[in-house]
Amino acid sequence: MSKKTVTDDISAEVRLELYRTQVRLREAEQRAFDLFLQNLVKGTSHLSLGQEAIAAGFAVAMQKGDLSFCTYRGHAHTLARGVPVEKVLGELMSRDNGLMRGKGGSMHLTSVEHGVMGSYAIIGAHLPIACGAAWRAQYRGDSDVSVCFFGDGTTNIGAFHEALNFAAIWKLPVVFVCENNLYMEYTPIADVTAVEHPAADRAAAYGLERIIIDGNDADEVLRTARKAYERARRGDGPSLIEAMTYRHSGHSRADPAKYRPEGELESWKKRDPIKMYRARLLKLGVSEAVLNTIDQEIKDEVEAATVACKAAPAPSADIIFTDVYADGGWAWRN
Amino acid sequence: MAELTYRDAVARGIAQEMARDPDVVLIGEDIAKAGGVFKATVGLYEQFGPRRVRDTPISEQAILGAAMGAAMTGLKPIAEIMFADFAAVCWDYFANEFPKSRYMTNGQVKTPLVVRLGNGGGARFGAQHSQSVENWCMMIPGLKVVVPSSPIDVVGLMAAAVRDPDPVIFLEHKSLYATKGEVPDGEIVDTLGTAKILRPGKDATILALSLMVPRALEAADRLQAEHGIDCEVIDVRSLVPLDTQTILASVARTHRVFTVEENPRLCGWGAELMSIIADEAFYELDGPLVRITTPHIPLPAADVLEDLVIPNAARIVETVLRTLSN
Ligand SMILES: Cc1ncc(C[n+]2csc(CCOP(=O)(O)OP(=O)(O)O)c2C)c(N)n1
Ligand SMILES: [Mg+2]
Repeated sequence: MSKKTVTDDISAEVRLELYRTQVRLREAEQRAFDLFLQNLVKGTSHLSLGQEAIAAGFAVAMQKGDLSFCTYRGHAHTLARGVPVEKVLGELMSRDNGLMRGKGGSMHLTSVEHGVMGSYAIIGAHLPIACGAAWRAQYRGDSDVSVCFFGDGTTNIGAFHEALNFAAIWKLPVVFVCENNLYMEYTPIADVTAVEHPAADRAAAYGLERIIIDGNDADEVLRTARKAYERARRGDGPSLIEAMTYRHSGHSRADPAKYRPEGELESWKKRDPIKMYRARLLKLGVSEAVLNTIDQEIKDEVEAATVACKAAPAPSADIIFTDVYADGGWAWRN
Repeated sequence: MAELTYRDAVARGIAQEMARDPDVVLIGEDIAKAGGVFKATVGLYEQFGPRRVRDTPISEQAILGAAMGAAMTGLKPIAEIMFADFAAVCWDYFANEFPKSRYMTNGQVKTPLVVRLGNGGGARFGAQHSQSVENWCMMIPGLKVVVPSSPIDVVGLMAAAVRDPDPVIFLEHKSLYATKGEVPDGEIVDTLGTAKILRPGKDATILALSLMVPRALEAADRLQAEHGIDCEVIDVRSLVPLDTQTILASVARTHRVFTVEENPRLCGWGAELMSIIADEAFYELDGPLVRITTPHIPLPAADVLEDLVIPNAARIVETVLRTLSN
């Protein structure tokens, strides 16, 4: 290959979008953590600090109309589809300006208008649901792809295996993305799994290719996503992708992550996806000023969102009884 | 007008809706080419083809998850869970997924789907293939729960369930599949949340569901013929939404009330109904609220044993007599 330029199979524009998205996720998640320390984020929250390249790469490769299915660790995937930071932080802060006005909370971020079809807090539940959305696309001849994100720990629950077989036999346009961050909650995935690569080493059982990628390299993620989406749109069926990564924070906000061996976090921080991506862009000739401008714009965006959320009222009590049923209410009797 | 079995009524109701709406699709284990293990979907595969009537692997979570994902994005799936007992292996979808997504997302996500299950005892299948699980379903906010007892109700309530924008749990009784009833020709669409007074009476109200309905009717006939006691029999039909007005009005006329429930005793649907009656019609009552249920045990398989525990007409007659004579 000749001298690298900022545009190859990935355009300069897309590369800057990958950078911007990763920085947005990083800043928003860091802010969520800070707000938690100030007791302004209630309930639990599961951050994707360190895993931003996966959310960014898969989302940037999507087309409008493609659908994301996320877990409780879903802030990043939700933001990556273009949901405003204010809507996400508002939900985390139990404010009326939140994505679901506080009715769902951190673990259930959903924005149908952005293609974010839900964040699911029961391990494995959304893999079959993503199959169903993909089945609808196949049934109607729609061209959208359903993309389902989950963790390494999820590969040991039955729904994972049911969904993979189901998607494979029906050749559904669904892409399963395992973010292998080496841990379930507190237990290393290697301690509880029969194979080394919890997702990829199971792919053969469903007639699928064994795909393992560097989940901290946004370009590699984007390329893998594009291939899988094309395959799905061609009607060639599902893909299962295992993206290796690491979470910089604990499992949830309550977790100081004392179970990690010494030096593990530090070594992964050297492979921080955003640091690496910034360095790559600079090497490819993007000017520092351009990147600094993006950094500043995102900082301003997150700051403005925080200010708006702090000023937003709490949700009003009347929404307690709305939307249990399709008539908008909760009546179960006459 | 034709005489149909309850089993054929299931297929007829589904066919009526599939012919009307191309978004209605049917999935489940052995439901397509084989016509269902209870033969309740015979002919649908031939009529609507493999795209709309699809066999699945033995993957109850995948079946219900797929139904939900399809429903969220525009289809109107009907999913079969062969034996209602198997709801336990995919309970997450009943308890956490279908009923909560609309609420949690502040109305963004809709799950218009129907889950059909082969419910109930009487087939000597033992404790894991005979349960009546309507009370499991009834306790979850966000679900609707329909339990038809006759062929005509199967057709009309199936249509109502498919057209309903909420997730509907549709419990078919395995021991009713072979029973017959008159069903008019043409489209039939019933209304969820409506109980039916099947036999008017003035001395006592008997509330029944599913297989317990014919037994309650038989008991009422015997109570009338042999003891001159005139019972009103109400088929509750729909647990959620619940037609409390029909029930409360009946209690206000008869002043006595019994439930006949196939489920094990604790937390059966009758307990909820009785609590409503106690709250709202207490001063109408001339006697205790009496629940006739299966005892709080797993169901035994042997015919003689199963017949001893599931309520039957004799037990209903005896209980009503004993209660009214006190
Ligand atoms: C069915 C179920 N079992 C257990 C849990 C509790 N739980 C929440 S997150 C989690 C770990 C999941 O690990 P992984 O799939 O690797 O995802 P990660 O949190 O690392 O992103 C567990 C066990 C749950 N939510 N659902
Ligand atoms: Mg993990």
